[in-house]
Amino acid sequence: MFAAIVLLVLVLGTVVFHFLSPWYFTPIASNWSSMDDTVTLTFVVTGLGFVLCNAFIAYCVIKFRNKEGRRAKYEPESVKMETWLTGLTTVGIAAMLAPGLLIWKDVVTPPDDAMQLEVLARQWNWSYRLPGEDGQLGAVAVSHTSEENPLGIDPSDPFGQDDVIVYDPVMHLKVDQPVTFLLRSTDVLHNFTVPQFRVKMDFVPGQVTYIWAEPKEPGSYDLLCEELCGVGHYAMRGRVIVDTEESYAAWLADQPTFAETQAELSTDLVAGQAGYAVCSSCHGVNAEGNKAMHAPRLAGMDSEYMKRQLRHFKRGVRGTHEDDTWGRTMAPMAMMLGDAAAINNVVSYIDTLSGQPEFDGNANTGLAAAVERYEPSASGDPSKSQALYESTCAQCHGELGQGVWTVNAPALTGLEDWYLASQIKNFRDGIRGRHADDLYGLQMGLVANTMTDDQAIEDMVAYISTLENPQQPVTLAQQN
Amino acid sequence: MEHIAHDETSFVRPAEVGEMELYHAKTWLGKYVFSQDAKTIAIQYAATAIAIGMVALVLSWFMRLQLAWPNTFTFIDPAYYLQAVTMHGMIMVVYLLTALFLGGFGNYLIPLMVGARDMVFPWLNMISFWVYFTAVLLLAASFFVGGGSTGAGWTLYPPQAILPGTPGSEAGILLMLASLAVFIIGFTMGGLNYVVTILQARTRGMTLMRMPLTVWGIFVATVLALFAFPALFVSAIMMSLDVLLGTSFFMPAIMTMGSEAEHVGGNPLLFQHLFWFFGHPEVYIVALPAFGIVSDLISIHARKNIFGYRMMVWAIVIIGALSFVVWAHHMYVSGMNPYFGFFFATTTLIIAVPTALKVYNWVLTLWQGNIHLTIPMLFSIAFLLFFINGGMTGLFLGNATVSMPLSDTLFVVAHFHMVMAVAPVMVVCGAIYHWYPKITGRWYHEGMARFHFWVTFVGSYLVFLPMHYLGIMGVPRRYFEITGTTFLPDSAQNVNASITIAALVVGVAQIVFLYNLIVSAFNGKKAPGNPWNATSLEWQTETTPPGHGNFGKELPCVYRWAYDYSVPGVEDDFIPQNVPPRNAQAEGAQ
Repeated sequence: MFAAIVLLVLVLGTVVFHFLSPWYFTPIASNWSSMDDTVTLTFVVTGLGFVLCNAFIAYCVIKFRNKEGRRAKYEPESVKMETWLTGLTTVGIAAMLAPGLLIWKDVVTPPDDAMQLEVLARQWNWSYRLPGEDGQLGAVAVSHTSEENPLGIDPSDPFGQDDVIVYDPVMHLKVDQPVTFLLRSTDVLHNFTVPQFRVKMDFVPGQVTYIWAEPKEPGSYDLLCEELCGVGHYAMRGRVIVDTEESYAAWLADQPTFAETQAELSTDLVAGQAGYAVCSSCHGVNAEGNKAMHAPRLAGMDSEYMKRQLRHFKRGVRGTHEDDTWGRTMAPMAMMLGDAAAINNVVSYIDTLSGQPEFDGNANTGLAAAVERYEPSASGDPSKSQALYESTCAQCHGELGQGVWTVNAPALTGLEDWYLASQIKNFRDGIRGRHADDLYGLQMGLVANTMTDDQAIEDMVAYISTLENPQQPVTLAQQN
Repeated sequence: MEHIAHDETSFVRPAEVGEMELYHAKTWLGKYVFSQDAKTIAIQYAATAIAIGMVALVLSWFMRLQLAWPNTFTFIDPAYYLQAVTMHGMIMVVYLLTALFLGGFGNYLIPLMVGARDMVFPWLNMISFWVYFTAVLLLAASFFVGGGSTGAGWTLYPPQAILPGTPGSEAGILLMLASLAVFIIGFTMGGLNYVVTILQARTRGMTLMRMPLTVWGIFVATVLALFAFPALFVSAIMMSLDVLLGTSFFMPAIMTMGSEAEHVGGNPLLFQHLFWFFGHPEVYIVALPAFGIVSDLISIHARKNIFGYRMMVWAIVIIGALSFVVWAHHMYVSGMNPYFGFFFATTTLIIAVPTALKVYNWVLTLWQGNIHLTIPMLFSIAFLLFFINGGMTGLFLGNATVSMPLSDTLFVVAHFHMVMAVAPVMVVCGAIYHWYPKITGRWYHEGMARFHFWVTFVGSYLVFLPMHYLGIMGVPRRYFEITGTTFLPDSAQNVNASITIAALVVGVAQIVFLYNLIVSAFNGKKAPGNPWNATSLEWQTETTPPGHGNFGKELPCVYRWAYDYSVPGVEDDFIPQNVPPRNAQAEGAQ
């Protein structure tokens, strides 16, 4: 009796939970409402079956439970009843399968007017490519992929020259414009999921897969990877922004073509030096940094990383959080760099700088003073953080802290310990990397969450300072 | 009703072959360690499986702790989390459930239930266990090697599984693949043995259509496993070669850690097809023995014949056959040719028909029964709730269109835990309590057993029901944490916390279960030979626990099916299978 009551309570509780709990699908933003309808239909059919079967069990347990003198009925089988039940079940299942198959036909057949958009997934980030005016995507190959040509476009293919490159996890789409997402990966399996679009599909390295959807509601949506792709899987986040026609056109006009990204590779160091003048007041003439002003040393910092950060400062993606005092100081400075070429020039100039502070022209005094200035401030124990570094941090930043360009993870060696510690804290505390468009920042923030107390961060910085990156000259502190 | 034959002359032929000669151990080692007695081997299998299963249970606590209170337990970092996910899944599916149902219950019950002295190849049977034991050791060793065990997910999808960026991509994955290969070798020895024993060593009168459904379930599951495991075996070999020799079976041209890898021309989808060609039948390798056992538990404890025995047998066979043509429903969004979806959605939903029929027949067995709410019966009812729930959500995931928004989310995790984790585990618990008096000759502690039942039953439901809704909201599976999205409400975290609390409580209840099993084996009340008044042969043995050779001087002769409960005109409400018609008081009534 008690068992039957518990069973009934659980079944009723399930129904009540289904209808009354606030937890259900996020509102749909694509054309796939038919998919939601099949889910509802399946809920109705299976829900009825679930309640009826269990209620019948509970009834039997109450009615036919053992009592003095009770005897079961001997009834080996009833072909008639079994045939009826099989028939009814078949009808119910066909009722769910038929609409499913019809809609599946739509899922596998993109409409003729769908625009093509290539999504490139790579551990653990997203980038995108649109066909240019010729309406055709250029050929790609893993063997063409490099830091200068991150999407691996064949430079000799004329169709590729005008392809629009979005080397950023944020993508824009036009409302009411069907899109066929061509999914390409250059390392492992990934998955393209925008929960509000309902459809999803895996990326398979070695082939191009596809899925299509028509965004119906302007807005900003999370893009998630839902196929396990390694340690950074949960932090592989992107963003899809559905624009109106006008704002989409404005956004598109700002995006470089492949030819333009290649042209940017040549730089003007003279212009860069001029541009750097304002930077030097804080970061130093030789980009050696100035701890007192919270300006990190820039010499030795990863160039692609510096470019991205400058773009972020300019666009308000970084340096806008109210607690980010020093970021807010940097932001207006970055505004002085007019365009991508200016950023490029300054960063190329910084790459030529020594990072050695200037002191009275006396090299010995200078070095001694420098050592004093960069006295390790971290009071951490490297042995406590080694395991976490190796299992987690190293997956993006490399075992030697050298950085890995495909992950967009900058080198950590060559950074000052006070700067590292302050930035890790900022990431963890949501002071940096929580702007909606800063997906790499979010990624770092999620990982920084694993270091809950400040001592863990000190330990981590201490471990990083023991790393020796063969690609980089030893830092000043280590020269001592 | 011919199949329930009572006509002695036409159904009990004289023995065609003499009795098998039993091997009698001469040493202590031969008797208790390298034993060739299927019953001892069964206990060895079960103890090993449960021991490694407890490791997997603890790993699930770590996962749950992280999901409920992210980053509070600092020893759980993202890599460790994935390792826990992977090892939990693989251990539970292969090393616990498969080994326990086939190696444990199969070994104990097949010879006893079909009326044989032992398995037909006792020595091979002994080797089979020790090979399995080696596989478990290899698996456990991967926890201790550099880089730790693999964190590739239990599906071990390449290229990820063997590339840096995934935990355990150095030694861990190789140990996992080696362990699986060894497991399959060991299983093949055991599996052939079970099949041959069922086909060749049944006692006189035990026709196939008189076998208890437990034997049918284990039999068909073993046949499935013998066909399905080779697919996993070759994938393990091929992936090992990709790692060790640099072949490219599953590896296309790719980049890794910023530079080009030396692979070209392989296909990751090939692995997925091979894996699921094994992986889907694997679901039924776990489910079919559970189906069979629960049929017998319901029938015995409701004192009523199983309803529609012939349909139940055919349903098991048909489900087993269909399970080989549905595998790609695990791959609707894998990037395989999406047109496959039409075929696999159809076959998958067809499989629901025989499965539903089995549910109806279990429920109809309760109808007009005489239901004794014993511990085994309680677990059987719990099985029905979980199985019906998990079966229903299978109709979401089997239907390509419906599954798309749900695939790769926690809805999938909740579904398969309901249907192939909790439901079979309910049967495992029920079955252990049911046969405990036979295996040990003693009773378990009733109060502890009831405590164990109620906590496990209600607790497991509270773990997995809300989890579906996290999946519907869009929480992906295998995520270390879910903060930083704009579509998930903060309350999702509360759901996660409540799931974890329930899971920890359920976990602790299993310790009570094990304590009860171990302590009662020594201190429990003495149990009679046939405490449930059951009809099948294992309850009719001369001694309890059954001795070497199972039965007395003469093997029992079978005259009827295993479901003669509450036969009209007979005073007792059961007639054992080995009671000749002339002895049953039913004679006149039939």
